[in-house]
Amino acid sequence: MTLSAKRSLTAYLFLALPLVFFLCVRLGPMLYMFAMSFTDWGLLRKTVKFIGFDNYHAIFKDPVFLQALGNTFRYAVFGAPLVILLSLAIALLLDSIPRGKGFFRLIYVLPYITPVVAVSWVWRWMYQQPPLGVINGILGWLGLPAGEFLNSPTQALPSILAVNVWVEMGYCTTIFLAGLQTIPKEISEAAKIDGASDRQVLRRITLPLLMPITFFLMVMEGIQFLRIFTQVYNMSMQAMGGPLNSTKSAALYIYQKAFTNFEMARAASASVVLFVIIMAVTILQIRFFDKRVNY
Amino acid sequence: MTRRKVFFLVMSAVLIFAASAQTVTITYWQYYYESKVKLMDELIQKFEAANPGIKVEQVTFPYESYNQKVAASIPAGEGPDVINLFYGWLPTYVKAGYLAELPASEFSKDYFDKNFYPFVAESVQFGGKYYSVPTAVRTLALFWNKKLFKDAGYDPNTAPKTLEELAAYAKKLSKYDAQGNLVVAGMAMQPTGQGHCWIREVLFRQFGNVPYSADGRKVTYADANGAAALKWYTDLITKDKVGYPNFATDDVTAFKAGKAAMNIDGSFRIATLNAVKDLDWGVAELPTYKGIKSNYASFWTHGIVAGTSGKKLEASIKFLKYITSPEVQQMWMEKVGELPANPALSEKYKNDPVIAPFLKGLAYAHATAYVDEAGQRTVMVDAVDEVILKKVDPAVALKNAAAKEQALIDDFWKK
Repeated sequence: MTLSAKRSLTAYLFLALPLVFFLCVRLGPMLYMFAMSFTDWGLLRKTVKFIGFDNYHAIFKDPVFLQALGNTFRYAVFGAPLVILLSLAIALLLDSIPRGKGFFRLIYVLPYITPVVAVSWVWRWMYQQPPLGVINGILGWLGLPAGEFLNSPTQALPSILAVNVWVEMGYCTTIFLAGLQTIPKEISEAAKIDGASDRQVLRRITLPLLMPITFFLMVMEGIQFLRIFTQVYNMSMQAMGGPLNSTKSAALYIYQKAFTNFEMARAASASVVLFVIIMAVTILQIRFFDKRVNY
Repeated sequence: MTRRKVFFLVMSAVLIFAASAQTVTITYWQYYYESKVKLMDELIQKFEAANPGIKVEQVTFPYESYNQKVAASIPAGEGPDVINLFYGWLPTYVKAGYLAELPASEFSKDYFDKNFYPFVAESVQFGGKYYSVPTAVRTLALFWNKKLFKDAGYDPNTAPKTLEELAAYAKKLSKYDAQGNLVVAGMAMQPTGQGHCWIREVLFRQFGNVPYSADGRKVTYADANGAAALKWYTDLITKDKVGYPNFATDDVTAFKAGKAAMNIDGSFRIATLNAVKDLDWGVAELPTYKGIKSNYASFWTHGIVAGTSGKKLEASIKFLKYITSPEVQQMWMEKVGELPANPALSEKYKNDPVIAPFLKGLAYAHATAYVDEAGQRTVMVDAVDEVILKKVDPAVALKNAAAKEQALIDDFWKK
């Protein structure tokens, strides 16, 4: 065996390990889930039989599942763009300050590196009604009426969404900042010499050059918000996704079907639906951005 | 010499084998609750001393994941021999065939009639067969904060006796800040806690309704009386503003922190409240309405897992009999603070200011025949939320709730 052949064999060997892991821990259970979604598998049922598309019919007739899907879309449609816009703005600001960049970056990234469960509970307490909640305390001090936040079926979803935006902003800002630093200063300096305004530099140079990163973050955040679970689980009363299912996400619905009702097959079919949705959204995003990224 | 040694070794091996063959080990599962686990260890020691040849191993799991652990283990054949379950889960496990029928020779109808409250026998019996037997039971009562009563000018040692009084007290005990926000709840209103049970088994009945058919398979609370009960409950939240769901986190936290003057809660809360320093509280029987008394009872109960056989089954039956005996019920009352499941034992506590109100409630308590405890709880919680958050008419909200709950029950029995 030649040296180069040996080398590539070693590389393949090392690469095989994650592949085995992927096959056993990811792909295997996923295929199993697809198969099980066509059966009546329940944890407490002694037999498993094939029932075709019955589970899919059942979940699409379940108003709670439809509501959970609607909520999931709301999380993604409002959450992902909001995170991108805010973190882009913050990154641009941070990039323009001469001193303290590291300090601010740390402040923005802190929520992201804090465990989500801890973040959720702290916010849950801050959102509480008077006399306990900090936010309502400030509102009261300013003479404003108290907000209902997590107790209201209309405000609860935005309240949870805001926390997740705050958390994800840390991650996106960091990536955007790194991206901004890869843009050669010569280009914008040359443009400025040619008489371009700051706005023109931003629109014609900085944003187009950031497009690959924006695209990457858009896809990642889209997925992140579509499968939102921990925040909803920890911030709604008794982890139910209430009040009145107004915050329940598809992922929480799946969890409850599987581990409260022990209806594994139902949960599997709902998982397949969520899988298809995430895949479709990601493919759409790739199609949409592809033209823009290839400048 | 060597021969003798070999002979000695073989003989001792045979002896050890024979001894271990005689010893039968059974496993008991319950969720982790410190006083229960400690007492069970003590009981196991006594049981093993009285029954040489039987060893009992106690295994515990966190409360939050207990049902999941049980549901995942028993079908896989990795469950215990004797298991502690919430009575509301029994239908699921019995229907799926994972609980063994208790032998009629040891646990007959007569045995249940003589030794247990009537709601116990009703809840552990399916198709004329008994599947489980409890040590302790629990009911609801009205808890009140004596200091807040005194501050509001009420006698700190007398609680409201009727629903009308309760509403009047709650209004007077509520305190608000300058913006009109509630800062001390006159009455904790927490349907996710014991509130849904209070509505279901107490308020409905007091307003002249029977919530379920005798076999528990028909939901019958959605009539004018039921709606009046739900309206009375939700009016306390929307009109009188004496409390609302999740105020100060939840009812228990609010009451512990002195932020709720009254709460309806279960006997299982006694130990929790005793541990709170500087909290002066009292307990009274649930308020009556139109002279009607009612209460909600529930219990954790022990069963034998299906498939347990031979010596293990014999040992399990002996163990079950022991941990549900009057002697153990008495210890359970003293060390865990849960009410004895045998009515004869209540006599001793009839003058105890904390225990007596719960015991009195047991005499007229109903245990809901749940098929899906979590699902049915959500139905009632949502009915309250629809009225208070979406301003739905109580009669309409109740009709929706009844339809949803009926669907859960039908779904359970048809499969």
